[in-house]
Amino acid sequence: MKALVAVKRVVDYNVKVRAKSDGSDVDLNNVKMAINPFCEIAVEEAVRLKEAGTVSEIVAVSVGGSGCQEQIRTALALGADRGIHVEVDGKVEPLSVAKLLKAVVQQESPDLVIMGKQSIDGDNNQTGQMLGALTGMGQGTFASEIKVGEGSVEVIREVDGGLQTISLKLPAIITTDLRLNEPRYASLPNIMKAKKKPLETFTPEQLSVEVKTHVTQSSVAPPPERAAGIKVEDVAQLVDKLRNEAKVIS
Amino acid sequence: MKTLVIAEHDNASLKIATLNAVAAAQALGGDIDILVAGAGCDGAAQAAAQVPGISKVICADNAAYEHQLAENISLLVAELGADYDNLLAASTANGKNFMPRVAALLDVGQISDILSVESADTFTRPIYAGNVIATVTSSDAKKVITVRTTAFDPAPAEGGAATVENCAAAHDAGVSAFIREEVAVSDRPELTAASVVISGGRGMQNGDNFSLLEGIADKLNAAIGASRAAVDAGFVPNDYQVGQTGKIVAPDLYIAVGISGAIQHLAGMKDSKVIVAINKDEDAPIFQVADYGLVADLFEALPALEAAL
Repeated sequence: MKALVAVKRVVDYNVKVRAKSDGSDVDLNNVKMAINPFCEIAVEEAVRLKEAGTVSEIVAVSVGGSGCQEQIRTALALGADRGIHVEVDGKVEPLSVAKLLKAVVQQESPDLVIMGKQSIDGDNNQTGQMLGALTGMGQGTFASEIKVGEGSVEVIREVDGGLQTISLKLPAIITTDLRLNEPRYASLPNIMKAKKKPLETFTPEQLSVEVKTHVTQSSVAPPPERAAGIKVEDVAQLVDKLRNEAKVIS
Repeated sequence: MKTLVIAEHDNASLKIATLNAVAAAQALGGDIDILVAGAGCDGAAQAAAQVPGISKVICADNAAYEHQLAENISLLVAELGADYDNLLAASTANGKNFMPRVAALLDVGQISDILSVESADTFTRPIYAGNVIATVTSSDAKKVITVRTTAFDPAPAEGGAATVENCAAAHDAGVSAFIREEVAVSDRPELTAASVVISGGRGMQNGDNFSLLEGIADKLNAAIGASRAAVDAGFVPNDYQVGQTGKIVAPDLYIAVGISGAIQHLAGMKDSKVIVAINKDEDAPIFQVADYGLVADLFEALPALEAAL
């Protein structure tokens, strides 16, 4: 069984991103970049399936500028077997990423596509579902557990009311939630080995996909600031303030 | 301009998130219809018909839609979408699940999680866990939008009398099946709809200690939430999680207990009207967003708070 794992290069989750002073975009100068945390969980899940003997080959794919080869190498160091880089400069919207991934899916015919539920930069939460629609595959979004069976996969999903279990025919798409697993760290020998693993590069033209713009960002701004609060001395004062000043309790 | 709001419901009744989405549709203007897709969903459809200002309710009652499987619902919405300029759903776990499929089927982009409607094609939305608010413009003729429920006050639930039209379209993609659901049953208000929320974090130390929050929640008719750290540690189930990747809440009163205030958590609650933080670490970032901060040991403060209410 083959697994395709999609990974995205994003600003490291520890970086507090700010709007540029002219409001044109966020300031990404000299910030640390990393693999999107949800994508890391996706790689880990594929590696665990391979260790369990369910998956025989893991292909890591990333769409973006040349920098994202770093994140493909990270995925290779974590246990993916080979990489595919679809080189596109500038921002690529979820629908275009989904179209590019569809082309890779057609080329690779994976049984499982595992990807993050959202990236922590755009917070769109779209690409996996869009790939599902374009390929006709079923989707197990926000997965907290997966069990691969014969021709199908059972997915436990984190939904608003609790947990939902669904069954999908293979091939299928899984998008990962936080509690699916805890990703490992890449060991130094594996990081060295990853440098020798194969990595192919394609352009959108080679995949016959036109990268289009549907939604443009005209400006960014910081969110409204909350006015500074006060420290209360004790519970009695807290209750008094809530009752008589904020008037949120009776 | 015509807008279709896809209802969030449990077949018997309408969820309040639908009314938040209707409010966003009203901000866009024009005619608004509501789609109720489910199985045995007449109750929800009748409730939708009572929302004032709705032109009609489309009721698609079919076994294929019973559990809101995205593969099936998206085919229905994409087909009905041919008649509309805008397709809106609340940005709930369910809306997030099927709407991007609809957008892809229609070959348009999706605008996720809008906070405001600036004009017919321009919206604001949070990016980078809400640390930045982006203004975005869609160039698609048909717009597929999910709505951040806390950003739009719910439209009234009653007073209207829209017609209910049955839709026979049956779409079963045949690639997915519902197996079971483990839904927490609680007498408390829903986390995303409660006017008071009290949440515990890693400082609670274990799941049993969440009982300290229950007495207070009972007195305030509050929902109980948790930080990601508390959920990851297994103190409480995932549906308690408030944050960037959990639930987004904006109650009148939010009480954060033993929560340090990671960006991830703040993204889910910082639009609350009044925020109270109880934490023994006076440097905890949660105090930067709290209207009232109490530096105290929660194991002493919580019983005292319960007694004082």
